[in-house]
Amino acid sequence: MHAEQEQYSFDFHKETAEIVAESRDELNLKLGEFAGPLDLLLYLIRQEQANIFDIPIARITDEYLNYIRIMKRLDIAVAADFLVIAAQLIEIKSRMLLPRDPLAAEDEEIEDPRKELVDRLLEYEKFKAAAEMLYERSTIEHAVFPRGVIDSDEHNAEVNATVFDILTVFQKILARHKDEVKMEIHREEISLADMIRNLKTRIFAAGELNIAEFFESLETKRELVTAFVAVLEIVRTESVKLLQRKTFADIILKAENSG
Amino acid sequence: MAETIEIIEETVETVEEKQPREVADLSRAVEALIFVADEPISTRALADVLEEERDLIDSVVEELAESYEERRGGLQIRQIAGGWQISTRTEVHEDVRRLLKSRPSAKLSLAALETLAVIAYKQPVTVPEILEIRGVQSASAIKTLLEKRLIVTKGHKETVGRPMQYGTSKEFLIHFGLKDLSDLPSIEDFEDLVSPLT
Repeated sequence: MHAEQEQYSFDFHKETAEIVAESRDELNLKLGEFAGPLDLLLYLIRQEQANIFDIPIARITDEYLNYIRIMKRLDIAVAADFLVIAAQLIEIKSRMLLPRDPLAAEDEEIEDPRKELVDRLLEYEKFKAAAEMLYERSTIEHAVFPRGVIDSDEHNAEVNATVFDILTVFQKILARHKDEVKMEIHREEISLADMIRNLKTRIFAAGELNIAEFFESLETKRELVTAFVAVLEIVRTESVKLLQRKTFADIILKAENSG
Repeated sequence: MAETIEIIEETVETVEEKQPREVADLSRAVEALIFVADEPISTRALADVLEEERDLIDSVVEELAESYEERRGGLQIRQIAGGWQISTRTEVHEDVRRLLKSRPSAKLSLAALETLAVIAYKQPVTVPEILEIRGVQSASAIKTLLEKRLIVTKGHKETVGRPMQYGTSKEFLIHFGLKDLSDLPSIEDFEDLVSPLT
């Protein structure tokens, strides 16, 4: 049984990262994978043999930040999620340094700044244990074999389709459809210079132009983007102003010399 | 609203004359059907095929499973994913694997297992809710779990942004050898295990 376990690709307990040796500020890491920042935090708390309900926040924060520094030095991309927890740790640390508000009522209960984090850690730890349970169950299940495939299995293929499969197929169809459209339709592309010229003609002919109406007359995203840039360009270079007659009203491009 | 597909058990029309069947005869038939079915077969499906009462089939299957236990052979009949399945026993897995030349299939990563645990206990659950518990993005783990069909989408949650909800699949029950979701130990049971008060 033991020899068999060696064969498995990973062992739940061995796979967590481990700080092997420590010499001054140099830490050697046995690389593994922490499932996330909370996992790392639990590991550090356990390493310190600290009580989870009374976390030595300064020490744990230092170690946590140290670990992140090492990850960076080893060029491991430090996920943003690790930094979120780092920020939270620092915040808790600073809140714990603050003296008690002298104006606060005597009997007023001060909530431990660590409480929220502790609650989260406890909740997380339950699911970590549940994950371990699943791991153990799947190991047992891997030692159980149903019968081999027989002829009739093939004929029941539809039973195996899930929504996910349908979505995959649907996405493929959509992708194919998209390609077809691409091949069929040729749109004339309008350059920024043309768009500016066009826009200028319209503004100076009428004295003003409602932007919303102008944008609505355009069809493709590309035209819209070009038009938007053209509007900005005209306002910058020509004697044209952007006007809004009242809050939430349509925005109007107005030629300045036309009053 | 849930976008799940009900798996429709096919009812095979039998053209046999309706005659009360002996229990021994039924037991034979049930054993054969469980063997032939490519997925765990429910007592309802068995009863439909055999045109018998479910209660009767229930007791027949249970007796059959028990007889397998008593025989202590290489096979077992067990309840899994809401149905009955015939499979080898764990004791013989090394020999079976040698014949099939199969290695244990790739295990799920720690992140995927954790994500799966959260989904199993909190379903239907959204990505932000999983993030809240795990403290880390789970997008790639969710993708893996979807690909392995261990989880399925369960429609959108009617809240800001209408996030997609996820739940476990029948494959999940099979993969982890569970009769149904209530077969999972209660999440509160893990509480005592993890945080010894010091």
